[in-house]
Amino acid sequence: MNNEAIKDLLYKMADDALVIGHRNSEWTGIGPMLEEDLAFSSMAQDKVGHAQALYQILHDALGEKTPDELAFQREEKDFKCCQLVELPIGEYDFSLIRHFLFDHAELIRYDMLTASTFLPLAQLARKVKGEIKYHVMHADTFLKQLAHGTQESTARMQSSLDYAMPYALGIFEKSEYEDVLIGDGVFAGENKLQEKWLEKVGAIVTTAGLKMPDVPDSKIIYGGRKGYHSKFLEPLLDEMTEVTQIDPNAEW
Amino acid sequence: MSNHNDGITPSPRPSVTSLDPRINRLDLHRTKEGEQTNSHLITWEVFHQEKRGKQPVHAGIVHASTPEMAMLFAKEQYARRGKTTNLWVVKTSDVFTFSYDDEDIFETTPEKTFRDPAFYRVRERIEAYQAKNKIQ
Repeated sequence: MNNEAIKDLLYKMADDALVIGHRNSEWTGIGPMLEEDLAFSSMAQDKVGHAQALYQILHDALGEKTPDELAFQREEKDFKCCQLVELPIGEYDFSLIRHFLFDHAELIRYDMLTASTFLPLAQLARKVKGEIKYHVMHADTFLKQLAHGTQESTARMQSSLDYAMPYALGIFEKSEYEDVLIGDGVFAGENKLQEKWLEKVGAIVTTAGLKMPDVPDSKIIYGGRKGYHSKFLEPLLDEMTEVTQIDPNAEW
Repeated sequence: MSNHNDGITPSPRPSVTSLDPRINRLDLHRTKEGEQTNSHLITWEVFHQEKRGKQPVHAGIVHASTPEMAMLFAKEQYARRGKTTNLWVVKTSDVFTFSYDDEDIFETTPEKTFRDPAFYRVRERIEAYQAKNKIQ
């Protein structure tokens, strides 16, 4: 198996999870209602947990630095997250739509990875699938509810969906290792994932009475997987690492 | 639509100020005194089941507009720790209760010790038998 290819896959998954976990945790304490504040925060915490588990595999199986070092002491350009997860939380409709689009991709990705020939990843995938299933259940319920809510809620959901879709399609940006990962049976590939995702997401969006945005290939926002990020990632990392930067070697 | 805060432009005068920069960024407005923000939502009673076959135990309430939403919230509020097999949610308005004014109907129950299996003299014989045969 090609270690560089596996590392690339693990980094992008871990960075996605860490950054969206951090973003969604920005709602903690100010969510739309107590129950939802708790649910959204809890899911954000799950995401940070997934990132931690993936960094741990990078450290244990592939000789990378410790999870804390990987999360808090890397440069912005070394992050492999897609730009969708970097965007500010906006208003709740946008955060929900992003959660819906991102978590469906995660669920399918982890489901595909349960068959991975790279065993640590296959084991992790089996472990976290249930958590992500709840995240998707949460997203679908909210989407259905708000798409059928008031005129304003329907308009907001559609507007956020239109705004987020070019970024969401950037989740499936391929790396140079794509064919190696498929050939080695590590991961069945971004094309396959995108295909399944479009089918699933499209069906739910249509049932909810919203319109699936038609995004031409030239409008898809790529770059994140290769280290090219939006202007929002740097400030996020500065804020996230503010405490560790004071004394990177402090014992916790 | 201008609902996508770019995260960079500072809000002019946040009416809620906090030491947490995330909160200041959101430009929140204080709820007016006495304003009920959840008043449009009904409450649901949540029952927690630890194992299959065990009785669901009342855990508390959640606010929600539909049973599906109530279940989402119940999961995070009442199944956060320990083992859970299932949750039930029931509309609070579907639960029927006695009035506390009628509490006297239960008043003499604690005195009716003859309803307690330990009341019967056979208990002593069971205990003797258990001791003799070393049954716990």
